[in-house]
Amino acid sequence: MRVGVIRFPGSNCDRDVYHALKLVGAEPEYIWWDLEDLSYLDAVIIPGGFSYGDYLRAGAIAAITPVMDGVRELVKEEKPVLGICNGAQILAEVGLVPGVFTVNQYPKFNCKWTKLKVKTTRTPFTSLYKRDEIIKMPIAHAEGRYYTNNIQELWDNDQVVLQFYSENPNGSIDGITGVCDKSGLVCAVMPHPERASEAILGSDDGIKFFKGIIEYINRG
Amino acid sequence: MKFNVEVRIKLKKGMLNPEAATIQRALALLGYEVENTNTMDIITFTMEEDNMKKVEEEVEDMCQRLLCNPVIHDYQINIEPED
Repeated sequence: MRVGVIRFPGSNCDRDVYHALKLVGAEPEYIWWDLEDLSYLDAVIIPGGFSYGDYLRAGAIAAITPVMDGVRELVKEEKPVLGICNGAQILAEVGLVPGVFTVNQYPKFNCKWTKLKVKTTRTPFTSLYKRDEIIKMPIAHAEGRYYTNNIQELWDNDQVVLQFYSENPNGSIDGITGVCDKSGLVCAVMPHPERASEAILGSDDGIKFFKGIIEYINRG
Repeated sequence: MKFNVEVRIKLKKGMLNPEAATIQRALALLGYEVENTNTMDIITFTMEEDNMKKVEEEVEDMCQRLLCNPVIHDYQINIEPED
């Protein structure tokens, strides 16, 4: 099963995501930002980093690249799309998930391990967790404060994926740090599951994000 | 015809502005007690177009598609024909 890892100038964690996909038995491949036809892929992950230097707003310029048209087409074909960190900011800029990830309440780059509550298991990426399960994954961002002007709708539609547990390190509304679209197939999370994919890294709680993709595709 | 374009991008009223809050705190450290500190982005460029109306339409489109995020931003467009 072929999973694309999209690269923009300034992406990082792309190799970590590639490694995590290998660990779960997927066939990952790097995709450059100018490729438009992604129809041969089974799923796509947009990794973290600082695409285009975070100019204008984090994710704003990546959002208008040809590869994002390809991602929109994949979404129509009901294939899973995961955005991590800068990838999450890009999905929000494109409008594939609601709201926006903007400057942290305390405006500095915040890199630390966090405890998170899994709020929905209906996305392929969180299907192997239990609802309200507490997991440990790191965050690493300066623009991760989630904001939406329609918070109630998000809760009503079961679109909250991850919520900070016991602290709110960036001032996100309701401590939300992962959201999905209405279908649950497009998922945007600020914490890094690939940096928590092996015990040697400090936690392997994130590996189920990648295992979940495999399960979803195998179920057909 | 050549036009000078300026787009001012501000956070919507009531939106938290951590940069402005930090600047205000820093000014207080220097002994300046100021209020209502705000920051904004200003983007300027020139463009060639037949008339003002066409420029207005295109710049409006740029704001919606790239320059601003309508969830959090308000913007103001100023266009002047170059002398």
